[in-house]
Amino acid sequence: MALQSGEKLPMFIGHVWSKQKRRWTLLGLRLLAFLAAAAATLVMVLNKQTKTFVVATIGTTPVNLTLTAKFHHTPAFVFFAIANGLVSIHNLVMIMVDLLGSKFDYKGFQLPMIASLDMLNLALVSGGANAAAFMAELGKNGNSHARWDKICDKFGAYCDRGAGALIASFLALALMLVISFLSILNLKLVNSSSHNSHNNIIALPN
Amino acid sequence: MAKTKRIIITILLRLLAFGATLSATVVMVTSHESAEVMNIKFSAKYSNSPTFKFYVTAEAIATGYGLIVLFLSSRRSFDRLIVILDVVIALILTSSISAALAVAQIGKKGDTHAGWLPVCNQVPKFCDHVTGALIAGFVAAIVYLVLNLYSLHVFLTPLFPV
Repeated sequence: MALQSGEKLPMFIGHVWSKQKRRWTLLGLRLLAFLAAAAATLVMVLNKQTKTFVVATIGTTPVNLTLTAKFHHTPAFVFFAIANGLVSIHNLVMIMVDLLGSKFDYKGFQLPMIASLDMLNLALVSGGANAAAFMAELGKNGNSHARWDKICDKFGAYCDRGAGALIASFLALALMLVISFLSILNLKLVNSSSHNSHNNIIALPN
Repeated sequence: MAKTKRIIITILLRLLAFGATLSATVVMVTSHESAEVMNIKFSAKYSNSPTFKFYVTAEAIATGYGLIVLFLSSRRSFDRLIVILDVVIALILTSSISAALAVAQIGKKGDTHAGWLPVCNQVPKFCDHVTGALIAGFVAAIVYLVLNLYSLHVFLTPLFPV
């Protein structure tokens, strides 16, 4: 790739994107990821369903049993809620840093920190989403070998809301993947001695 | 000198990760146990649970990838592609280990709210076997994370004066 001291960086696909366009694209993607992760957290935390079952009949009076399904009964869902909460906070902080932090002196650490934090949060949201997805699969299908009954036929609304939270989280995961990729592409070489990362144009080593 | 040090550290990390994923796959695949409790035969295998099947698939993919990259790590033109694929493989590994840990936790402690009894009392050796495989997978995920951060650092060190 040719080194230029202008404002354009050729991407792999051969398009030439200006710095402003890249910045606003990244910001828009971060906003979407923040909204998706926050939605996933909220839907999962507020997920609760109570149902009354008739267990036996003594004479003519039925014996009722009230069961509640809450998200914190399952550790995987607690992890899911925490992971998505952390990812939404991360995206919010990154949006603030981008919009309001241009006068702060980062001593050259801004871009590597953003790239590393994006990668770590990507791993976090991926772990949370997948753990909850497999727990949901277990709740939906049960496991005949371990004699575990499925619960989604009794608690349909709980399962539906959980599925909605999972979809939002997977959307956040896809967005975080693209954001991570863009942040890594933003890392460029310092071939001069300047430090203010907003004004530098650098190219990846080859 | 710095370049050879970088290459040695990268190769060591990749070897460690390759060993960890290989052992995770093998230990999980060879875990099976049968127990008879009151004339009911309990037979526990890794393929009884879709989560463990996913875990074995993910670790096998990571093992194959590690083997290929160990042979390719000296070519410079593949550097960036390898970094990207490393991120993807680290992602797959963390997903599979967290999913397997979630289901294994249910197997060990049960879920009283859902009426699911723990399975580990009937098949303790199977549970120990699976625990070993999960530990190896966890180590592999952490090593891949360290490898990713190190690759990022290596890409930037000759360039940043800090």
